[in-house]
Amino acid sequence: MKKDIKLSGVGGQGILSIATVIGEAATEAGLQLKQAEVHGMSQRGGDVQSDLRLSTEPIFSDQIATGQADLIISMEPMEALRYVSYLNRDGWAVTASRPFINIPDYPDEEAIRGELSALPHVAMLDIEAIARENHIPKSANMVLLGMAARYIGILGADQLRDAIRAVFCRKGEQVVSDNLKAFDLGLSACTI
Amino acid sequence: MVNKLLLLGDEAVAQGALDAGLSGVYAYPGTPSTEITEYIQQHPLARERGVRSRWCTNEKTAMEAALGMSYAGRRALVCMKHVGMNVCADAFVNAAVTGVNGGLVVLAADDPSMHSSQNEQDSRFYGRFAMVPVLEPSSQQEAYDMMSDAFALSERLQLPVLMRIVTRLAHSRAAVQVDIARAQNPLSPAADRTHWVLLPGNARRQYAALVEKQAEIKRIAAAATCNQLTLGRRGGVGIVACGIGYNYVREVASADVSVLKVSHYPLPEASVRQLAAHCSELLVVEDGQPVVEEQVRGLLPDDYPVCGRTTGHLPRTGELTPDNVAHALGKENRRAFDKAVNVAARPPQLCHGCGHRDVYEALNQVVSQYPAARVFGDIGCYTLGALPPYQAIDTCVDMGASITMAKGAADAGLHPAIAVIGDSTFTHSGMTGLLDAVNDQSPITVIISDNLTTAMTGGQDSAGTHKYEAICLALGVEREHLHVVVPLPKNMEEIRRIIRQEIEYQGVSVIIPQRDCIQAYARRNKQVAH
Repeated sequence: MKKDIKLSGVGGQGILSIATVIGEAATEAGLQLKQAEVHGMSQRGGDVQSDLRLSTEPIFSDQIATGQADLIISMEPMEALRYVSYLNRDGWAVTASRPFINIPDYPDEEAIRGELSALPHVAMLDIEAIARENHIPKSANMVLLGMAARYIGILGADQLRDAIRAVFCRKGEQVVSDNLKAFDLGLSACTI
Repeated sequence: MVNKLLLLGDEAVAQGALDAGLSGVYAYPGTPSTEITEYIQQHPLARERGVRSRWCTNEKTAMEAALGMSYAGRRALVCMKHVGMNVCADAFVNAAVTGVNGGLVVLAADDPSMHSSQNEQDSRFYGRFAMVPVLEPSSQQEAYDMMSDAFALSERLQLPVLMRIVTRLAHSRAAVQVDIARAQNPLSPAADRTHWVLLPGNARRQYAALVEKQAEIKRIAAAATCNQLTLGRRGGVGIVACGIGYNYVREVASADVSVLKVSHYPLPEASVRQLAAHCSELLVVEDGQPVVEEQVRGLLPDDYPVCGRTTGHLPRTGELTPDNVAHALGKENRRAFDKAVNVAARPPQLCHGCGHRDVYEALNQVVSQYPAARVFGDIGCYTLGALPPYQAIDTCVDMGASITMAKGAADAGLHPAIAVIGDSTFTHSGMTGLLDAVNDQSPITVIISDNLTTAMTGGQDSAGTHKYEAICLALGVEREHLHVVVPLPKNMEEIRRIIRQEIEYQGVSVIIPQRDCIQAYARRNKQVAH
């Protein structure tokens, strides 16, 4: 069994924290794992992406092939669209719905929404609003992870919760409980 | 006890070096190599053992200091991005002629696809050029394991060993099984001067000895366990898979295809011939330039088909991917969904509140009044000033080239010739060019945009922080043409006036806009808050 996950977003939105949590859970579960990141230039408000591959068998390539990703997890709708050609036929796109507009030629928001909605398997939520309304504005990325949890499949929600505890414990109990709350909000918001 | 760590390729290299008994790492930051030195700087074992790890001024000072540590008998690692090899090439190539004492491993991190670089040069050429062994790991685990082999090989052959990695390995994480750390070498300086004093008489002898060593270097590479020949079905295509190219081949090729995995150069020639005899054509899968492809062609009869990057089977530029390797093997990774239409490029940009923004704001306002003006840029965050909204620089070539190109253009009669260079880039390679300009009294205006850090690579220490005025004065810049300003909107008027005034001066002027990098500032405040 394998899961190939494309993580995407804009520099500073926290996709690498999502990768770290899934990576921690996968390591604890004894899964094989490869996670390719992009560093450097892309951190300055540019697009960022990470290829996360989980498997019960050995993994060779650090990169996911076209048409083979099981899941896109994106902090930004246009950044989710950027990678749809990597998605397999049964794959899910789980994305934040609120655009992050820092370029002059950002496409029409309705057109982006339309193109995403045309995919057979898509989950879209305003995670920033959910995080803000629940007084955990810094945990929007964990809302997104909660949304994606049921599609990760190879790892269960409890394993991801344990990983959140392990990854954030050095930042204090408040950060851990905020992130767990965010995760559960995302999880329960995404009941299809 | 089995100890497994989840490590980036860079971190696996660093952990491998520490566990091989490293005494010092010498490096200048450069993507994708930076995390190697950072990992060592933060590692408890490095602290406990006093492993030397501070950032160097440039790759040449790094290489020479590492050679000095090797001379003294201890193990040293030098790390850089591929273009850093150009900067330290003099020291690197001649270190193969002197030979080494303690193990010396040179790590070059290449950047195929130029994720954050200005070219795709392949460091394996440097290994061939200097006639030293080259190691190219295919995985994080192999990167770790190879480090101790590399140091042992360096001491056995008394030569530097080059390890080459690429971005996709450097910046990809996987579980790595680690061993117990070996003890460090004791101080034991080289005794024989004739090896180390490269006067022509000694150098000829040393060079002849280096040439003579080649047979042994080839024998060791041919027997290396990281080079593996797996013969499958007879006939058809056989694959020579180098470094991480091996992973893509394993990912997409059927299990009965014959594969020669290459991770230790010189190329194992006998294995290549054996593979060629077993198959009817060869495909060379290598990241970077067609180094091996061209060698393989030279080893086989003219009419033996060898495919790869020069034949169009793989793209001539850009990194390997599972998709282009599948294509080369006659398989297509088909997409289920077409590329989306509503996607725009999102290039990186200067941070909001960044001092470089204020510098370009002021510079653009002044330069707009001089249609003949050219602004020579350099390498760092401020290179992003080439993009909208500023579009403020006309060139960016290599570390330090802003000052020297401005000088050359001024020599040719171009005026105003303006150079924009960052603080770390200035100490890396700008100071010598400034001395040339001072000696020639070239009419150039140099802006050293000082954010007190090496920002582009994540905020490493900058070698000259708080010393820039003193350095410029010592190089002969006149006091009245050296200005330090604070790049903030409220100071725009003053900055514009100074730039205008110094453009009109027919000699060397230096303006130093000095303000903390906004990212470094935020990180520091966060640390204080905790």
